[in-house]
Amino acid sequence: MNVHEYQGKEILRGYGVATPQGIPCFSVSEADEAARKLGGNVWVVKAQIHAGGRGKGGGVKVAKSLDEVHEYAQNILGMTLVTHQTGPAGRVVKRLLVEQGADIRKELYVGMIVDRATQFVTLIASSEGGMEIEEVAAHSPERIHKVPIDPVEGLTDAAAEAVARMIGVPDGSIEEARRFMQGLYRAFVDCDASLAEINPLVITGTGKVLALDAKLNFDSNALFRHPEILAMRDLDEEDPAEIEASKFDLAYISLNGNIGCLVNGAGLAMATMDVIKLYGAEPANFLDVGGGATPQKVTAAFKLMLRNPAVKGILVNIFGGIMRCDTIAEGVISAVREVNLHVPLVVRMKGTNEQLGKQMLESSGLPIISADDMADAARKIVAAVSGRSTAADGTVGVAA
Amino acid sequence: MSILIGKNTKVMTQGITGRTGAFHTRLCRDYANGQSCFVAGVNPNKAGEKFEGIPIFGTVEEAREQTGATVSVIYVPPPFAAAAIDEAVDAGLDLVICITEGVPVRDMIATRRRMQGKHTVLIGPNCPGVITPDEIKIGIMPGHIHKKGRVGVVSRSGTLTYEAVGQLSDIGQSTCVGIGGDPVNGLKHIDVMRMFNDDPDTDAVIMVGEIGGDDEENCARWIKDNMTKPVVGFIAGVTAPPGKRMGHAGAIISGGKGTAQEKLAVMEECGIRVTRNPADMGRLLRSVLQ
Repeated sequence: MNVHEYQGKEILRGYGVATPQGIPCFSVSEADEAARKLGGNVWVVKAQIHAGGRGKGGGVKVAKSLDEVHEYAQNILGMTLVTHQTGPAGRVVKRLLVEQGADIRKELYVGMIVDRATQFVTLIASSEGGMEIEEVAAHSPERIHKVPIDPVEGLTDAAAEAVARMIGVPDGSIEEARRFMQGLYRAFVDCDASLAEINPLVITGTGKVLALDAKLNFDSNALFRHPEILAMRDLDEEDPAEIEASKFDLAYISLNGNIGCLVNGAGLAMATMDVIKLYGAEPANFLDVGGGATPQKVTAAFKLMLRNPAVKGILVNIFGGIMRCDTIAEGVISAVREVNLHVPLVVRMKGTNEQLGKQMLESSGLPIISADDMADAARKIVAAVSGRSTAADGTVGVAA
Repeated sequence: MSILIGKNTKVMTQGITGRTGAFHTRLCRDYANGQSCFVAGVNPNKAGEKFEGIPIFGTVEEAREQTGATVSVIYVPPPFAAAAIDEAVDAGLDLVICITEGVPVRDMIATRRRMQGKHTVLIGPNCPGVITPDEIKIGIMPGHIHKKGRVGVVSRSGTLTYEAVGQLSDIGQSTCVGIGGDPVNGLKHIDVMRMFNDDPDTDAVIMVGEIGGDDEENCARWIKDNMTKPVVGFIAGVTAPPGKRMGHAGAIISGGKGTAQEKLAVMEECGIRVTRNPADMGRLLRSVLQ
C-alpha cells in the first residue's frame, strides 16, 4: 500500500526523522491559511498524488509570497498531473502539501528496500540527490552505496556514519545524518515498510538534515497490525476496478489490451497473459481468482472484466487441481447467463472432473468455445476477437 | 531416491486442526504412502487429542521425540506462520515446508536470520509444497496429475507447476518442488537445481520462474558451470507492466529489474533451452531428452 508524501512525513517525524514544517490542504483557502500559519517568506506548494515525477509535471512550485501560494494552489488543485509514473491519463490532484521553503545546500539520496539476495533490509545511499535513482544507477553506479542491515544489530552507529561520509554529508552534520538514517530504519521495520525513499535528503545552510520528500510503501500482508497506516489509504489514488476486485478477494490489475482473462493462480495468470500476446493480441487484465473459486466469485470476476469497454473477448484458464472442473463450469455458466455475455468466450479447463466440466459447458447451449490446452485457448480467443477462423491459425507466428 | 522427501519420510503437520490443514492432511495421507508418512500433528491447545487417528502434540519438539518425524508442513495463519517455522527450526527438524500465503516480510527476515547456522532447510512460504510421485505428497498440489518418472520440476508458482506437470503426464516426474512466490523465503531455484543435479533418479529438469528478483539468473549461471543434465525453462510475466505486483509478493518488476525478457536472455546465454510458450514446456523437455 502507498501513502501520500505528507502522510509518510508524518510517520517519519514520529521516529525522529526531520522534515520541513508543512500542512496538508484540500482547498485553496486551506492553502492560504496554511502558508500564513507556517510563516516565513518562502513556501513550497506540492501536489499530493501517489506517483513520482511531480516536479517535472508542474505539480511542485516554490512561492515567494502569499499571493503566489494562492495562485499555485489554484493552479495545482484539480489539475490532471501527468508524470512518467501516472501513465498518459494522468492523475487529478485533490490534495496539496504546503511547506516552509528550505535553504538547500546539498541534495542527497537515502532509501531502503528489502533485498531478496541478502534477505535483509538494505540501505541505499547516494551523493546524487534529486534525480531518479535508476538514472544514477545507469550512469554512475559507483555513486550508489548499499549496506545490508542485520536485523539483530540494526543500523549501527558506525555503519550509518560511514555511509553519511561516503555520500558527502559535511562533518558538522554527520551525527544528525546518522540519527536520521537510524530513525528511517526504525520506522521501516516498525511499520512493515517495503520501500522507503527520501529523495532528496537535504543539508540546509545551517547544517540541518531534512527529508524534503518522502515515499513510503507498506507490505500489504502486514497491514493487519497497522490500523493507523491502513486508515491513510486513499481510494482516489487506486484503480476503481482493483478496489472492486479486492472486495471479492480477487487479484486484478487493469492492462491495455482487449482480451479479458480469468485464471486460477498468479503464475498461471501471468503465463496466460503471455500466451495471448504470443498469439498476437494483448491481455486486458491480470485476474487471479485464487484457489477457492466459487460460482459467486467467478460471476464477480466476469462482471469486473466486462466493466472494461475495451474487452472484446474472454479467456478462462483453470487448472483445477483440488478445485473441480465441474464447479468451475457451473460458475462460468451462471456468470454467462447473469451478465448476458455479448463477447466470445473460450474456456480451457484441466484437472479433476475435466470431462464432466466440458460436458456441462457443451450441454448448456451457450456459445462457449472449448479449448484443450493454453495455446489452443489463446489461438481460439485471438481468432474469435479478430474475426479470423481458427483454421487459419497456422499463420500466427509462435516462437517455441 | 528423488530429492528432499521419499516414501520413508516422517511428517508432522503444524496447524493440523485448521480448515486448510485438516483438508490437505487428509488428501496427503490418502496419497501413495501417506498413511505411514503423516505421523503427527501440532497444536498447543489440543495436545493429547487425535486428528482422524493422527496423534496431536503440544509442541514440535514433542512430536519429533515421540514419532521420529523430521519434516514439518505448516498451514497456520499468516500472523503466526513465522513463529511456527522458528519452532520447527529450534526443534532441529531437517525440512520445513511452509504453505501459508501472506506472511509479513518483516517476520520472514527475522526468521531467516535466526536460521543462519542451523541445519534446517526451509521451503516457502506461500508455496504448494513438494511431491515425489507414487511415494509421498506434502502440500496442496493435486496428487492425481503426477506420475513417477525422471524429470525434476522446480517453480515459484503453484498452478504453473501443475501446468508443467500436466505436460509431462506421459513421462512423469522424479520430484516437484514449489519454492513459492515470496521475496524472502527458503530454498531458491539454485538450491533445488543442485539437488536435482546430484539425484541419480533425475535425468532432466524443468525450471519455471516469474518476474521479480534475480533468482533465475543466479541459478542459470550456476547451471552453466555445473549442471550435467539438460534444463528447460519458462518465465511468466513477459506482458507484466513494471511496478505492478502480479499476485505474488515477489512478482514485481521494480527499478527496471527482474523482467522476464532479461531472465530469459540470461538463461539462454547459459545454455538453458527456454520457451516463451507456457503450453510448450513438456514438448521442449522431451526434445532435450532424445
